[in-house]
Amino acid sequence: MTKTGAQILWECLEREGVQHVFGYPGGAILPAYDALKYSKIHHVLVRHEQGATHMADGYARASGQVGVAVATSGPGATNMVTGIATAMLDSSPIVCITGQVGSKLIGSDAFQETDITGITLPITKHNYLVTQAKDLARTLREAFYVARSGRPGPVLVDITKDAQQGSCEFDWEAAKPQLPGYRPDLSPAPKEYKEALELIHNAKRPVILAGHGIIVSGAMQEVRDLAERAGIPVALTLLGLGAFPASHPLNLGMMGMHGEAWVNNAIQEADLLLALGMRFDDRVTGTLKTYAPNAKKIHVEIDPSEINKNVKVNVALVGDLREILHELLPRIETVNRSEWLDSIDRLKGDSAVRDIQNLPDSGHLYAAHVINDLWRETRNGNTVVVTDVGQHQMWEAQYYKHDQPRSLITSGGLGTMGFALPAAIGAKVARPDTEVWVIVGDGGFQMTMSELATVVQENLKIHVAIINNGYLGMVRQWQEFFYERNYQATPLLNPNFAKLAEAYGIRANTITKRSQVVPAVQSAREHPGPVVIDFKVEQEDTVYPMVAAGASLQDMIRRPNPLVETAEDE
Amino acid sequence: MEKGELKLGSSNFQFPVSLATISAEGRYDDMMNTFVVYVENKPGVLTRVASLFRRRAFNIDSLTVGRTEKPDVSRMTITVDADHDQAKRIEANLYKLVNVLLVENITHSPAIVRDLAMIKVAATHEARSHVLELAGVFRARVVDVAADSLTIEITGAEDKIDGLLDVLRPYGVLEMVRTGIVAMRRGAKSPETALGTNALPQVTADDDVSYSV
Repeated sequence: MTKTGAQILWECLEREGVQHVFGYPGGAILPAYDALKYSKIHHVLVRHEQGATHMADGYARASGQVGVAVATSGPGATNMVTGIATAMLDSSPIVCITGQVGSKLIGSDAFQETDITGITLPITKHNYLVTQAKDLARTLREAFYVARSGRPGPVLVDITKDAQQGSCEFDWEAAKPQLPGYRPDLSPAPKEYKEALELIHNAKRPVILAGHGIIVSGAMQEVRDLAERAGIPVALTLLGLGAFPASHPLNLGMMGMHGEAWVNNAIQEADLLLALGMRFDDRVTGTLKTYAPNAKKIHVEIDPSEINKNVKVNVALVGDLREILHELLPRIETVNRSEWLDSIDRLKGDSAVRDIQNLPDSGHLYAAHVINDLWRETRNGNTVVVTDVGQHQMWEAQYYKHDQPRSLITSGGLGTMGFALPAAIGAKVARPDTEVWVIVGDGGFQMTMSELATVVQENLKIHVAIINNGYLGMVRQWQEFFYERNYQATPLLNPNFAKLAEAYGIRANTITKRSQVVPAVQSAREHPGPVVIDFKVEQEDTVYPMVAAGASLQDMIRRPNPLVETAEDE
Repeated sequence: MEKGELKLGSSNFQFPVSLATISAEGRYDDMMNTFVVYVENKPGVLTRVASLFRRRAFNIDSLTVGRTEKPDVSRMTITVDADHDQAKRIEANLYKLVNVLLVENITHSPAIVRDLAMIKVAATHEARSHVLELAGVFRARVVDVAADSLTIEITGAEDKIDGLLDVLRPYGVLEMVRTGIVAMRRGAKSPETALGTNALPQVTADDDVSYSV
């Protein structure tokens, strides 16, 4: 059947299971938009193309399905760069469709022409330039396949205007992916399993390092079985939160720069690290020179280029985590490791998190209060929390206890401010029955707050909790610790966020006292539409504990006692 | 063995210590690695490969691309300065490129490695016979003769060409161009099996880590 490239585009997306796309029209993508009229796909009109990519990303992370963002050529395409890089660093499967000037104009610096495949080459898993309608179907099938298979990632398909306008015979079956060099299905050799099992069974002080790969692979139950059967405690990366239930007795919590002391100490004292779907990011390891000096390391990872990149390991099991654990589990022997677990439990008494969590309501509103109260209110529900980047993100990771996978969506690798609100829109579109909370700083919120209009236009019930401390808080914290409190360019003069939200027709309120937190959360949950709550928190609060960049994991900056006493005194 | 030919032994070949430095941990440190990379013959693939090296901060010493016996496959020979772990990661990263079909690190394999150079040498009447004699010793060919210069074409391993250059320099090298190296494994083994049957090459490290790619 003969179809135009534009028609083929939407038909292929439908056949790939796409129900929603996030986009912004413009000249070079207009033929595609013209054909959208005849498609069942729901188009979410964003306010900035960066938002479209974060929405596609949030959609993918909330659902496990490929998210799709659409933009025009030139500025539309370049605005997507931050979102694509965010998805790349966090292995999120998204497909970005961009319009391109006519194929005969390529290279001529035509209006809104930019070399987006060149620009995104290092930040996509793969990308394509399509100049003829007849190449479109196969390219789109390949794009979705590459995005979702193996280690997922963003794929960009740049389609010239004439490829959208041109017609050709459309044959889905004949347009099968042709990727002779692409090998997403790796598996370890029997010898490697044997070596791994030996290390596991001989370990006296093992720790599982649980990462994002567990969620991507859907190996939550397998990891739980492994931990329980082998008696191994589990430390999580930021993106791993939810991969292993926070309420599980073997859960240690988050590791790394803002991990609790006992977690990092357990890693430093371990004699075996079993890294599952994580990549030894510098925020997780601290300086590599002193990282887990006594531990053998097993790395279970789908991407061979991650092996020995940061941390030299003894055994690498390269392949799909779930399949590998299925192979390992029947051969895991139960080992009594009560001595090791008891020693970790003793360390747990030394908690920095509890210090502030248990503070009485003394008039000071701490971000920790807001997040911990929010957790208590929503813990039994089906809730997704989407955070931005900075102090509030770390406090969320510390004080909100995630029992479910895909219940925390956050920008880890790239640390993209402005991620939260659009990613939450994507999450809500993917899972409309889920309660979605945005936890965002006053800085990051202002980077993409224009998407409040998208929230309203799409009538999405999203709750936005702004942790407003009047600073770019994490940068201020670094200035406090490492730049002699020289607070250059970190204090923020903010608008009245409540009034701003009301201007969009969103219900809003401002909270300054701890006693108001729970009622505000409850009232937001009962409200049928979106709500913005501006929590005005302690301005110069600091995320503790902290491992300075480049320091050893065990060298943590701890919360000084005076701050706690001050709060109690009042 | 021809003078200047890269001396590589059997597949169990131990690299001579004198050719590499050993770090404090007793590991072979930075050395030239030679990769043969088969890629889909498509626009932009060279950029993807080159960009990978730039992006991961690996320094390419030489890169050549050309056609193969198959019209849809191109072949690259890439030499890059890297230590053992880096070389493994270069290989793994190359495989991550969707258009890369097969990667062979032939650094420790018996291989034929060739570079081609054209060298224009100032050769006045009295120097000419000396230059011709030197070219003969290196089995180089004279491809152009002008009144006061000779252009010599030489094919061989890099150090052979370096050797000729050294002896020609006193006469005055006016212009020189080199292709960069191309390499091929010795023996009957061809990448045909791996390229044709989708059989995955098993990569086994020589020390304590192994994995398949």
